[in-house]
Amino acid sequence: MSISTTSVKKETGGMRVKRNIGTVFATGFFAVLSCLIFFPIFAGIIASFRPGIELIRRGLSVNLDVTTMNLNNYNYLFSGNADSKKYWMWFKNSMALTLVTVVLTLLICYFVAYGITMYNFKLKRVLYFLVIATMMVPFEILMLPLYKEIIGLKLIDTMAGVILPGLCGASTIFFFHQYMQSLPRALLDAARIDGANEYYISVKIMLPITKPAFSAMAILCAMGAWNSMLWPLLVFRSADKFTLTIGLNTLLTPYGNNYDMLIAGSMLAILPILLIFLCFQKYIIDGMTAGAVKG
Amino acid sequence: MKFRKFLYSEKTAPYVFALPFILSFCIFWIYPLISAIVMSFQDIGAISSEWVGFHNYAKLLKDNVFHTAMLNSFEYMLFSCMLLIPFPMLFAVLMDSNLVKAKGVWKAMLYVPALTSVVISGTLFRLMFSEYKTGQMNVIMTMLGLSTVKWLKIKWTSEIALLLLCCWRWTGVNMLYFLSGLKSIDKELYESADMDGASFGQKFRFITLPLLKPTTIYVLTISIYAGLSMFLESYMLWAGNSSPNNIGLTIVGYLYKRGIEKNDMGYACAVGVVLMVIGLIINFIQLALNGSLKKEEE
Repeated sequence: MSISTTSVKKETGGMRVKRNIGTVFATGFFAVLSCLIFFPIFAGIIASFRPGIELIRRGLSVNLDVTTMNLNNYNYLFSGNADSKKYWMWFKNSMALTLVTVVLTLLICYFVAYGITMYNFKLKRVLYFLVIATMMVPFEILMLPLYKEIIGLKLIDTMAGVILPGLCGASTIFFFHQYMQSLPRALLDAARIDGANEYYISVKIMLPITKPAFSAMAILCAMGAWNSMLWPLLVFRSADKFTLTIGLNTLLTPYGNNYDMLIAGSMLAILPILLIFLCFQKYIIDGMTAGAVKG
Repeated sequence: MKFRKFLYSEKTAPYVFALPFILSFCIFWIYPLISAIVMSFQDIGAISSEWVGFHNYAKLLKDNVFHTAMLNSFEYMLFSCMLLIPFPMLFAVLMDSNLVKAKGVWKAMLYVPALTSVVISGTLFRLMFSEYKTGQMNVIMTMLGLSTVKWLKIKWTSEIALLLLCCWRWTGVNMLYFLSGLKSIDKELYESADMDGASFGQKFRFITLPLLKPTTIYVLTISIYAGLSMFLESYMLWAGNSSPNNIGLTIVGYLYKRGIEKNDMGYACAVGVVLMVIGLIINFIQLALNGSLKKEEE
């Protein structure tokens, strides 16, 4: 949002007019693009105020006729009947999964990155290389053997089975590593001279100054966990453990008898992550772009 | 006491810190990776597995459905790279100029699709691309005076739906990547180019493009992998893993079909190994062409 004031001074009147036209066009371009991008969600929101059966019969299109809109779908979701109980159970499961994933992933990845970044030891380069290597194989390839392994470990249908394989997320470690490289290592030596041990230093001295990295990663990690689908779809089997993504997926029957719940539930499912995003968006941008700049 | 001293020494500490990664790497990465390769040479039964050598791979060579899936995935990867690199880059350049007002609002709006899960976005798109004349896309077709289309039943129109879904979700994200790349370019370069009277096109060609290269390579790498291993988008667009004439089947979709739905793990693992090899080859070629492998050696 910065307008360069220095260059404006030098401009002649004609240039300024040209510049203003440019501003109108450029800003207008992004306004139009944003509207286009937001359109499907807008259509979804509008549709969530109409009977779900219309989606099956007519497909989705924006119909702004207010007289046919009502809150029935949302009332249904909050009515406390069996279906709505099911929905809120998914919601709760998603919340729990997201919370546990975020807390554990961040802590573990922080310590791993701390070890790899802050010390010079024999395996340092090897470990760093392995972290990068794990990013080079898409998860989908490991999915089947991992699924078998999880069955073998008796972790199928448990939250541990969903969370454990992803705990040491390479991209999270990588981001912490990038961030910590810019922190002064002299701090560690100073603390050591004061007699602090290695673990005390990692928790009490380095962790607090790594906070911005934690915020960035927390949000990205939460987004990933909240929206994760493929792996939970394989691991969770009993209906009382389903998360929102899998639960909503079960509503997609060809008969469409549950589209009321599907459309309203989908819109509500976006809400928590949208709120987090709006509150912390500046951290997200720092977080996701860490790998891109240095290549 | 001795153990305590050992545990607390500066020599041991990094290994203690790295231990979770080492464990996770062995249990959840290298072991499944090796199993995937081993299983691809086996016929996996319910009780016992039988070594069948290259049989699964030989079968893949003759499997027309697999060829369709490969073709679909390649096509999707190619088109998504063609759409999701130049456009977000140009948007980022425009966004970075001081012509745009209220940048924060547009950046946030463009990012919102990435927040929605594939279940939701896929379902919204499936319903918008409905074959009824009241589906959003057909409403637009009617408005343009064209006839309605059975979007998800024809190969090329369903490709449009898939690519639109993909662009919808990732344009904002990729734009942010390019924006952060632009931030790292020294502004003085543009100022001195201005003094030499360089045009906008020249500045883009000779300053922006070369200096954005690391970001472009990064985005290209993740786009190649994401494109090749796309599955859920097509799974949601057709509300399940089957589409008419397999027009929406991807490599991972086929892997899922054989491994999970048909419980033919050995064959599915062979599909996975082929995907991995292709991904690695494409990325090595891409990195070699871009000269970034050499840079690392220096």
